[in-house]
Amino acid sequence: MVETIQIQVNGEQRGCQADATVGDLLRELAIKAERVAVELNLEVLDRKDFDHRSLKQGDRVEILSFIGGGAPVDVQGKGRGFVHAE
Amino acid sequence: MQNDRLIIAGRELTSRLFVGTGKYKDFAETKKAIEASGADVVTVAVRRVNITDRSKENLLDYLDPKKYTILPNTAGCYNVEDAVRYARLARAAGVSDLIKLEVLGDERTLFPDTVGLLEAAKILVKEGFIVLPYTNDDPIVAQKLVDIGCPAVMPLAAPIGSGLGIRNPYNLKIIMEMVKVPIIVDAGVGTASDAALAMELGADAVLMNTAIAGAQDPIAMAEAMKYAVLAGRLAYKAGRIPRKLYATASSPIEGML
Repeated sequence: MVETIQIQVNGEQRGCQADATVGDLLRELAIKAERVAVELNLEVLDRKDFDHRSLKQGDRVEILSFIGGGAPVDVQGKGRGFVHAE
Repeated sequence: MQNDRLIIAGRELTSRLFVGTGKYKDFAETKKAIEASGADVVTVAVRRVNITDRSKENLLDYLDPKKYTILPNTAGCYNVEDAVRYARLARAAGVSDLIKLEVLGDERTLFPDTVGLLEAAKILVKEGFIVLPYTNDDPIVAQKLVDIGCPAVMPLAAPIGSGLGIRNPYNLKIIMEMVKVPIIVDAGVGTASDAALAMELGADAVLMNTAIAGAQDPIAMAEAMKYAVLAGRLAYKAGRIPRKLYATASSPIEGML
C-alpha cells in the first residue's frame, strides 16, 4: 500500500500519495496545467517543473488561474451575481 | 486613422479601448460585449481555482489569448507584498510579462496607494515585468512611474466603478503633457461621453469595466464605447476650436439686404 500524506490545496486539507508530484496533483484534480499558476509553499513554480516537484507532508499548494476582473469589487462577488468559475 | 496605432512596450494595438472582464452575467455575455467593444486588450484577475467543482468553465475558453492581449491585474491587493505575489502568479499562469499593477490604499474609495505602487513597480520592473500602473491623477507620481520604467501610465478618471466620469480633466491634461509615455485613463467612466472626453483631452486609450458590464444592455454599451473612443480620438487629432465667450457668425454679412 502506498503511503499517504496530508497537504493543503487552496486552503483545504487533502490527502495525496507520498510520491506524488505537483503534476500528479493537477491531473488528479482534472486541472489543465497550461491554464494555471502553482505556488508551492509561497514559491511560484515554473510550469515545466510541475512533474519534477514532489509533495511533502504539510506542503501548502495554491492553484490559481484567470477569472473575469477589471476592478476589485468584481472579484468580491458584489457584481450582478455572477459567480466566477476560476 | 488607419495608421493611428497605439504602441505600448513594442505591442501594436488596433483599439484604444481596453476592457475589463468582471461583473458580466456569464462568459457568453463577456465574450459578446468584448467583441462589440472592438478591444484588443482585456484585463483579467488571478484567483484560486475551484478545486471542488471542476465542471466550471474557464474564462480563456471564451477569450482566445491568441486573439486578445490578456492583461492580468493585481486587483484586491492592499500592500506591496501581495501585489508582487499576484504579479508573479499572473506571469506563471499566463503567456506574457504584462501586468496591470494595482496597489490599493482604501476599501471605500479603492484609491491607489501610490507609495506602495512605486515600490511594487520598482521590484516588478527589475524582474522584467511590463508594468502598467493604475495610479491617481497625480502628475508627479506619474512621472516617477515612468522614471522607474513603466511603459505607460494609467491614471484614474474617478473611483473604480463609480461612473462619475472625468473628475479632474486639468490634472489628466497635465499628465498627458508632462509624461512622455502613453496615458491610459482607467476607472470611473460612466457613459460614452466620458470616454470621448478622455480621448479629446489627449488620452492614448481608455480602460473600463463597470460602465459596460453594469449597463442595462452591456453589449450595446460596449459598441457605444467603441464609437466614443474613436470619435474622441478623431476630435483630438482634428484639433478643436478655442472656447470664446461671445458669438462668431458663421454666415457672411455680405450680400444681406
